[in-house]
Amino acid sequence: MGELLVKTKEIVVPGQILANGMDFLPANGTFRENDNIIASQLGLINIDGRLIKIIPLNGKYVPKRGDTIIGRIVDMSFSNWYVDIGCANDAVMSSRDSTEFVEKGADLAQYYSFGDYISAQVTKVTRSTVEITMRAPGLRKLSPGKIMKVASSKVPRIIGKQGSMISLIKEKTGTRIIVGQNGIVWISGEPENVLTASEAIEMIEKKAHREGLTEEMTKFLESKCKNLKVIKGEQHVQEKK
Amino acid sequence: MYKKRNDGRKFDELRPIQAKTGVVKRADGSAMFKIGNTRAIAAVYGPRELHPKFLQNPEKGVLRCNYNMMGFSGAGERVRPGPNRRAKELSMVIEKSLTPVLDLTAYPNAVIDIFIELVETDAGTRCAAICAAAMALADAGIPMKDLVTAVSVGDAEGTLCLDINAYEDCDMGATDIPIAIMPRTGEVTLLQLDGKIKKEQLKEAIKMAIKGCKEIYEIQKKALKERYQNDK
Repeated sequence: MGELLVKTKEIVVPGQILANGMDFLPANGTFRENDNIIASQLGLINIDGRLIKIIPLNGKYVPKRGDTIIGRIVDMSFSNWYVDIGCANDAVMSSRDSTEFVEKGADLAQYYSFGDYISAQVTKVTRSTVEITMRAPGLRKLSPGKIMKVASSKVPRIIGKQGSMISLIKEKTGTRIIVGQNGIVWISGEPENVLTASEAIEMIEKKAHREGLTEEMTKFLESKCKNLKVIKGEQHVQEKK
Repeated sequence: MYKKRNDGRKFDELRPIQAKTGVVKRADGSAMFKIGNTRAIAAVYGPRELHPKFLQNPEKGVLRCNYNMMGFSGAGERVRPGPNRRAKELSMVIEKSLTPVLDLTAYPNAVIDIFIELVETDAGTRCAAICAAAMALADAGIPMKDLVTAVSVGDAEGTLCLDINAYEDCDMGATDIPIAIMPRTGEVTLLQLDGKIKKEQLKEAIKMAIKGCKEIYEIQKKALKERYQNDK
């Protein structure tokens, strides 16, 4: 008979035995060895029916098809841009996948140059390559703003349920924010507002494994945003431009 | 015969241990491991792209270790810093002892870098380095089959001593046997022996080391969890 040796939300270390017997199935961050299910990553346990999964507390971004990410242009060839998206290998974006019309033989640097940040979508992931595209709604080259890096496993907490957390921060601070699945965050707006927004995101990252974060965040933002000038509706006007 | 250890420990007793993770801010994962007066700090970077490109392996990733003893780390003479013959060998040995727990095939063309600095040294540096590096790897969120734990056993004048210190190792000239194991399965990933020892005593020494490793494992586990439990 199978026996579960851990509780949901417990912190486990690599090599720890999570369950024995064949009643449970290993999912992300775990593996089976003989009769036992064993953790392979440092993280929090999540038990979903028969599946045992680990939500990692740290670690590099693992690209998945369909993810919206933010990346930095690091290199370019005749027809490709190479984009640093925070995982082991750089992602490739073909010139056809940019939002701009690229003429044959044109210098790609005139569209997106070294150090530019873009938002893009992952289209293909193989063992050692990642392909991305900007041909999807809302993807573009990012205008100057603040770039923050957080652990990619904490992105769901920053976005919140149906975007509740991120829209709360956007609304209270009057900034424009894009959160990439790879843990890169872009914030733009008035300098003080951007500072408050980035503080808020740092706070979420630190306390991601806690409960009742939304209420805490509301309190934090309310106390901080008293002195900020937030023009309501500004966000939407700018988004349309 | 060596009847009483110079620091008053029992023959199968470890030196006091401290362990902590997240000590290097800019690293992807890091750990400090202190055993007695030996302190190792390990920082893990990666998986990241490997340069120069000719070192890349399209089949699997590369693990690269760098062991370094700091100039002021010893008790007496200043250690000449930088890669010397001994440091290069130890880097290789540590790399080999950690490879079995990692699945490097998941990172083609990439590298995982481990930098280990020895801030204070009082014998048993490679074991402290392995313990710190294993914790740093786990802290960096890299998938591992198990942790790695290491301790040395010495044969000082015919008596086996767990976790020997510099007096026993250098001044008494004990035979030093560093051993690293995967604590869950008990598989040995490192076993070195410089000097002379009897067959029965070697067997006894391995048993002693495995027992010591289990104790260290508990401390490693606690330290890894503590970082996230403290701010609750």
